[in-house]
Amino acid sequence: MPKIIVDGQTLEVSQGENVLQACLNAGLDLPYFCWHPAMGSIGSCRQCALVQYQNEHDTHGRLIMGCMTAVTDGARFSMDTSNAVEFRKAVIESLMLNHPHDCPVCAEGGECHLQDMTVMVKHRDRRYTGKKNTHRNQYLGPLIHHEMNRCITCYRCERFYQNYAGGTDLGAQASRDRLYFGRQTDGVLESEFSGNLVEVCPTGVFTDKPFLADYSRKWDLQSAPSICGGCGVGCNIAPGERYGRLKRVHNRYNHEVNGYFICDRGRFGNAYVNSQKRLNYPGLQMPDGRFKAIDHQAALSRAAHWMKNKRVVGIGSPRASIESNYVLQTWLGAKQFCAGFSEREGALTCGIVEILQATRAINPSIKQMESADAVLVLGEDLTNSAPRVALALRQAVRNKSIAMAEQIGIPEWQDAAVRNLAQDALSPLIIVSSAATRLDDIASHVHTLAPNDIANFGDVLIEHLRGNISEDVDIINIADCLMTAKSPLIISGVSLLERGILDSAAGLAETLYDHNPHTMLSLCAPEANSIGAAMLSHTDNLSLAQITERASDIDVLVVLENDLTRRLDPTSMQQLIASGTTIIALDILENETLNHATLALPAASFAESQGTLINMEGRAQRFFPAFKPAHERQPSWQWLLHLAALDGHGELSKIIHFDEIVHACAQQHSPLARLTEVAPDHSFRRHGQKIPRQTPRYSGRTAMSADLSVHEPQQPKDLETPLAFSMEGVNQNQPAALKSFVWSPGWNSNQAIQKFQAETQKPSVGVSSGIRLLISSGKGIPHTSTDRTAFAQSNGWQLIPIQCLHGSEELSAYTDEIAELAGDPFVALTESCALELQVAAGDGVILSSNNVNLSLAVKIVARMAKNCIGFSAGYTQTLSLSAGSHVQLQRDPNWRPFKPLVIASDRRPNAQLRHNRHG
Amino acid sequence: MLSEIRTLWEVFKHTFTKSETVQYPEEMPYLAPRYRGRIVLTRDPDGEERCVACNLCAAVCPVDCIALQKDTRDDGTWYPEFFRINFSRCIMCGMCEEACPTYAIQLTPDFEMCEYDRQNMVYEKEHLLINGVGKYPDYNFYRVSGLQTSSKDKGEAVNESRPIDTKSLMP
Amino acid sequence: MVEWTPVLLALGILLGGVAGAAILTWWERRLLGFWQDRHGPNRIGPWGIGLVVADMIKLLLKDDWVPPFADRAVFIFAPTAIVVSMMMGFAVVPFAPDMQIVDLNIGLLFFLGMTSLAVYSVLLGGLASNNKYALLGGLRSASQMVSYEVFMGLSLMGVVMMSGSFSLVDIVAAQSDVWFCFSQVLGLLVFVVAGIAESHRLPFDLPEAEHELTAGFHTEYGGMKFAMFMLGEYLGLMLISCMIVTLFFGGWMGPDLLNEWLPPIIWFAIKIFFVINFFILLRAAIPRPRYDQLMSLGWKIMLPITLFNLVVTGGVLLWIEETV
Repeated sequence: MPKIIVDGQTLEVSQGENVLQACLNAGLDLPYFCWHPAMGSIGSCRQCALVQYQNEHDTHGRLIMGCMTAVTDGARFSMDTSNAVEFRKAVIESLMLNHPHDCPVCAEGGECHLQDMTVMVKHRDRRYTGKKNTHRNQYLGPLIHHEMNRCITCYRCERFYQNYAGGTDLGAQASRDRLYFGRQTDGVLESEFSGNLVEVCPTGVFTDKPFLADYSRKWDLQSAPSICGGCGVGCNIAPGERYGRLKRVHNRYNHEVNGYFICDRGRFGNAYVNSQKRLNYPGLQMPDGRFKAIDHQAALSRAAHWMKNKRVVGIGSPRASIESNYVLQTWLGAKQFCAGFSEREGALTCGIVEILQATRAINPSIKQMESADAVLVLGEDLTNSAPRVALALRQAVRNKSIAMAEQIGIPEWQDAAVRNLAQDALSPLIIVSSAATRLDDIASHVHTLAPNDIANFGDVLIEHLRGNISEDVDIINIADCLMTAKSPLIISGVSLLERGILDSAAGLAETLYDHNPHTMLSLCAPEANSIGAAMLSHTDNLSLAQITERASDIDVLVVLENDLTRRLDPTSMQQLIASGTTIIALDILENETLNHATLALPAASFAESQGTLINMEGRAQRFFPAFKPAHERQPSWQWLLHLAALDGHGELSKIIHFDEIVHACAQQHSPLARLTEVAPDHSFRRHGQKIPRQTPRYSGRTAMSADLSVHEPQQPKDLETPLAFSMEGVNQNQPAALKSFVWSPGWNSNQAIQKFQAETQKPSVGVSSGIRLLISSGKGIPHTSTDRTAFAQSNGWQLIPIQCLHGSEELSAYTDEIAELAGDPFVALTESCALELQVAAGDGVILSSNNVNLSLAVKIVARMAKNCIGFSAGYTQTLSLSAGSHVQLQRDPNWRPFKPLVIASDRRPNAQLRHNRHG
Repeated sequence: MLSEIRTLWEVFKHTFTKSETVQYPEEMPYLAPRYRGRIVLTRDPDGEERCVACNLCAAVCPVDCIALQKDTRDDGTWYPEFFRINFSRCIMCGMCEEACPTYAIQLTPDFEMCEYDRQNMVYEKEHLLINGVGKYPDYNFYRVSGLQTSSKDKGEAVNESRPIDTKSLMP
Repeated sequence: MVEWTPVLLALGILLGGVAGAAILTWWERRLLGFWQDRHGPNRIGPWGIGLVVADMIKLLLKDDWVPPFADRAVFIFAPTAIVVSMMMGFAVVPFAPDMQIVDLNIGLLFFLGMTSLAVYSVLLGGLASNNKYALLGGLRSASQMVSYEVFMGLSLMGVVMMSGSFSLVDIVAAQSDVWFCFSQVLGLLVFVVAGIAESHRLPFDLPEAEHELTAGFHTEYGGMKFAMFMLGEYLGLMLISCMIVTLFFGGWMGPDLLNEWLPPIIWFAIKIFFVINFFILLRAAIPRPRYDQLMSLGWKIMLPITLFNLVVTGGVLLWIEETV
């Protein structure tokens, strides 16, 4: 390892890193702006200046930029020499020339990198007496607030938005001190990752708009380590709470999964926790169909009365935690339990588990995906179905440029140089899909095929690789790309609800593995805990169809966090309701299933409870409550434990605590044996104390609830987790799974994360977050040459589900801003198809078949498989549409657009919501 | 021994000095204008609430007796939706006043705040807000801040130039 | 008539002692106030004198509580002991000619005996409370009393030698020419110090020492039982003052030329008033020493001074005898 000397101190550094990284890794406080650990250096802000000396006799030295200088063994630097100190101070002073007097009214205040750096260089008094430049702001949509005056022109926003996330509608404009970062015109930011601008911007130009509307300073937020439930990726997030409301969600660094960035669904889609549709009390349905609020004792005793000596059947949920599902299944027994998947979804999810348990190919983490140098995506629009994976692929295609740079000795972090060198050279990304995807812009090959044909395409490719040379030029090209790659990656998923695609993806990975043991195979799961629910499921389990068919034999049906209308077709749902079964439904928000329940129990959301989720790669990760559930809300596992105890279940009635469930589950399910290691249990202490959820400067403890009573209540006790609802304790060097917020003295912004890492861009200190439970046996998947029926031209259009980042996911759609962005449900047509139907974007089209008659807005997409049309999947209005079925299309002459659910700008003032908090 | 005797003598001399005690309820003590007593929220010269809900007072309060929630007016300016001081905890240290960037929170020479019921020591914004500028008659935060408000366009704040036209080709 | 005088006098002392102690509580606070540039109690009644009544009402109305962990019998007995022993001490004080309950020929020894008995009150109170502060207070009190007892007695021997009697009447009479405060300066000094220590008032209130021991031996006491301790303390203050006046300042005799101006009892009262004020001034001015300082003061300074005084007095007396 090379050594460098900084101010007489010898630092051991890693080969190939830059001096700024080396200094930060050594714990030195060297200020910087434009450098970002994930985005490298461009040397534009001149803030990380040091003096470099030729040798020990050199007393003069020369100024260098830390981020642009590679470490060399024995190099000598000084941070503290007056030359460097004065230079850095002068840089900040000039950056502050135009910075407005905004800190008190800026949402970045208190977690502002610019504030931190200004204090760090000890710049205090403004000497310049001239006027400050000003700029007009832009409207950038409901998620991001723009305040251009504050900009210090570090270019981080543009580099993230364009270079890292592939956005096209935000960039630098004008020149010199007129520089402006924004869009061409006002409008909603198009990128799915726009929320990261909030964290990337070192000051308050881009701030979190929904958070700004119900704002609290960072130091006032009570946070807990959590896992996003928005999709199957399982990004790590840190929700922040105050006054009983979820205020915002921030990215929580997990080296293996999300790194420094999350998508907008994860960041903004969790405000449903504050929704007025949340249940506060157990509700008992009265004969007139209305619900009466009862207390939880009454609810439980009523449920016990119904269940006595009756046949009780439970339906689990792929979005509920492992623990909740486990308690329900253990209580009622595998034969009276349904994992909660629809038929197709269940088969596919279990298929993923089977494949990943058998395949010889590497099941990569997202970090590993970034190292792939050829990627084949089969049938997924990853940006909308597993957004963080798509962001990783945007980095993966740069591997070619990095390899080119390496050849001529340019380090990877020399971002501008690497990009200049490579120009448009990208690693191959092959997309085979039924409709246009958001990664098309970086794809080397794009194929548009109907779902069935995608599987066939995969099979042809397999055959070609196995020696049955195809004559198709595309096949040959693609095969060449994959065969020459050092680490090819095959990604597929369940979006199209086509099992064949999974099988051909698996077969392809297996075949490639024979040539290259670095082959990776990744399969995207639809929901946060789909893999977990599948791993927990048992062959004796009931299916939803079995339950609806024999609903009349069931006396009581317990539904755990599952809106059955999203999984059953309308007739089956009607059948279930009509059967007269007593339904006890636990859920977070009001939904159709809950409306038909006899007893509705209010479950705590992810921000108020704990549990384990298993993501698409089989990584189990634990989320912890950021605050205590209000009213009569309880975590689902707690409701179910109460019910099981009342029902007289021997084993479960002995269990009180969460950790006991984890232990029982780990014991009984051998694939889940390592569940206990996912995160430390409730007895964990650091320096004899629990890990604090509140920052050291948490304010207002003696006044927050003084309007209710001046006698301050004791802080809530947390008996279930190793975290405390308190500011007491040490928030340093704890296991990464318990990192509730990042803060270090002098580093108030999220850049403080480097104080929690052994090295920047390296795993956090302590145990890595999450445990891989899905371990492949390495047996491999025997190749079966299936003869799939080619897409049959039938009369009508085949329906292709189109996943939408905003709108397709059940819970986030309850968030006002997400609902606004989701817009109307649509039917996706190509230009030519629209011409044929004589419709244009925004017009209405009637979809009709035997059991469907629905009018939807038209959306024009760039490509769509022949004879297929897309429909917005997961929207409540389109739940009746079934993927793969056929419909007739017809222009709707009486088209009137759906009324938007909510307009975000109408949302404020929702003071009522806040005043209700104690009600 | 001598020092003890001297001490006795020095103390004894106080028999003839005037008492320092002020006979408070009958006789009011003189309190300087900067005496740290009851906290008020002031208004700017235009009669608007000065507080911008920046939370610095709450953060600096050593007994954590200030709680507030920021809200936004239609023109984008910040103000506290509620502002609560629990005077039963307040130690009148004045750090909130020092921290306040807008001169909104000020301490007054009034210290007579006895209550029989502690609950009455909890002051909400309507109890704290006065119709005056307090000690700083001329200051209006939004005149110097870069934020656009209903009364001030971008570039109209103190020491600001007109907004830049990014499309301009002038050198 | 002759038989009734002592009885009436005893009743008078009993009532006067209690009333005096009560008024002293107010007077002391008032004086401390003046010396600290405050007003002292001045709200209830004229000059705040009503505070005495208020205090009494408060103490009488307080819950008469015995801690469950205390030794009940001893706990209740302890405060009475100090009051009784101090009251007994007044029996031999000659307030004026023929104004004395009993003129014992060992009056001085009786007084010393009675003040020594008071230590039991403090010690037992401390032990019976079953409280570590009280215990420490009691222990301190015991060692302090035992130490200072030694030279308290010895310091008076000069007076006894010069007057040739233990009877207090004789001692007063012996001062008709010169008060012993001039001839027995060292004796006076030592007796004053020992007297303060005996009545454990500031600066020698180490058994109580609220800084270290909350309230020392009476930590667990409240209401009337606490009041008894306080009463005992003020009675002790008055008794020591009486003895200082009697032994060193000519008792009821006024200064030679002014003797006839006022009746003897008034002279006695005036002298007592000054001595008590001096004690209060001591409290106002001198801080409490450390415990080890207190003990070394006693054994290393006070005892040698006393012995020196004794030897010198004896020597001078012998020299005078020989020369005369």
